[in-house]
Amino acid sequence: MRIEMEVNGERRALEVEPRRTLADALREDLGLTGTHLGCEHGVCGACTVIVDGEAVRSCLMFAVQADGGRVRTVEGLASGAGHPLQRAFRAEHALQCGFCTPGFLMLLAAALERDPGIVRDEERLRELLTSNLCRCTGYEGIRRAALRAAEEMGR
Amino acid sequence: MKPAPFDYLVARSVREAVSALAERPSQARVLAGGQSLVLEMNYRRERPALLVDINHVPGLDGIEVEGGELRVGALARHRDFEEPVARDPLGRLLERVSRHIAHPPIRARGTMVGSLAYAHPAAEWPAVAVALDARLELAGPEGVRTVRAGEFFRGPFATARRPEEMITGVRLPLLGEGSGVGFVELRRTGASFALVAALAAITVEGGVITSSRVALAGAADRPLRVRGVEEALAGDPPSDETFAGAERRAALEADPVPEPHAGVEYRRHAAGVLVRRALERAAEDLEVNS
Ligand SMILES: Cc1cc2nc3c(=O)[nH]c(=O)nc-3n(C[C@H](O)[C@H](O)[C@H](O)COP(=O)(O)OP(=O)(O)OC[C@H]3O[C@@H](n4cnc5c(N)ncnc54)[C@H](O)[C@@H]3O)c2cc1C
Ligand code: FES
Ligand code: FES
Repeated sequence: MRIEMEVNGERRALEVEPRRTLADALREDLGLTGTHLGCEHGVCGACTVIVDGEAVRSCLMFAVQADGGRVRTVEGLASGAGHPLQRAFRAEHALQCGFCTPGFLMLLAAALERDPGIVRDEERLRELLTSNLCRCTGYEGIRRAALRAAEEMGR
Repeated sequence: MKPAPFDYLVARSVREAVSALAERPSQARVLAGGQSLVLEMNYRRERPALLVDINHVPGLDGIEVEGGELRVGALARHRDFEEPVARDPLGRLLERVSRHIAHPPIRARGTMVGSLAYAHPAAEWPAVAVALDARLELAGPEGVRTVRAGEFFRGPFATARRPEEMITGVRLPLLGEGSGVGFVELRRTGASFALVAALAAITVEGGVITSSRVALAGAADRPLRVRGVEEALAGDPPSDETFAGAERRAALEADPVPEPHAGVEYRRHAAGVLVRRALERAAEDLEVNS
């Protein structure tokens, strides 16, 4: 099927089989390999991207479902001076191997853009962070990075 | 793994979806939130030849109070319940339950009705549906029929839905002021289904429980309304002693299926404890809100 979507602000047209997941379309067809694939069943969150403003699992969505939609991937965060989350992750040592990082960045970008105040509610922030798995850094650095980025974004 | 090939149809109306299902009933599947179906397809436990995407059917995302009921359309997402959708205590119950389902990105896409259709024995919404004896609306080629939740669930991933039918919505009765609601669950991680979950709604008049609705998830091969517990509660005060009795009864009424992470006796015990805690929460909820 022929589909068209806006990816990181650019219109992209591509030909995909219906069974192509959004994750594979981004990685294989568009070369955007910043979106990672871990479990492919919704658990790890490495594949999290933003579709029409919503952080979603790109392994649990077919590319044809994003036809006409707006998709943001981790590559889109890096434009210009970068995103406050990128600076915060560096400052707080919120990554080691980096496998989970694109997913956490997109999860947090969607949540903070919707409401930077989410970090003031410890329980809500904890719950949000349990969405994705990190197997090496641990969650404390990621939590602190979320707080730091929220402060910058709330200003 | 990657899903097996399939044809994909974006349905623009219920009628279009139903006629597509009717053409290839056993090979077609409705695609709602995809948060269970796509996963099953990634595992290739599901290999439908046709997916009927209902996400673009207008009017299916409604959540409205109509008469004494809350009607939830097939595209209402788990997340839509995170803020109370009704002033009735039902709004508080759905809010608490929704916050226990998976995590935010899954809740943004997964639907209540999809969860009922999937019929995982430990899923939260099916337990809510049987506790309230919700009515499901099934649209087929011959029109719409209504099925009560008590008859809808037939076993793990098995329901009374015919392959050519699509569920358009579900109706949940309001509980009425004077009801207290409680929901608790036992889970190993936030990313998996609960091991066991319990919910309770009680109405108290003149110091005694006049009616109650109590149900369990993960305590049988399907969601389980524990009617013996409900009958025993009637006429008793909402006291520790009453709730301890409910704990014993619920453990007896539970009929857990063995699985690798929890044996039958463990689950039976947990079902009792959770029913007691859900009742305690319901009694607290009543105090706070009256
Ligand atoms: C990591 C993870 C954790 C999860 N944790 C939980 C949890 O704790 N509790 C829980 O309850 N669920 C959990 N889920 C499942 C999730 O809630 C799903 O959203 C839900 O089970 C199915 O809803 P859906 O809209 O995504 O349906 P889909 O995945 O689109 O469909 C599921 C099935 O129902 C059928 N179907 C869907 N809608 C209709 C309809 N309107 N008419 C007829 N058939 C229909 C489909 O054909 C398919 O067979 C989890 C999922 C993941 C990935
Ligand atoms: S790869 Fe999508 S959630 Fe793990
Ligand atoms: S940084 Fe390695 S998994 Fe999170």
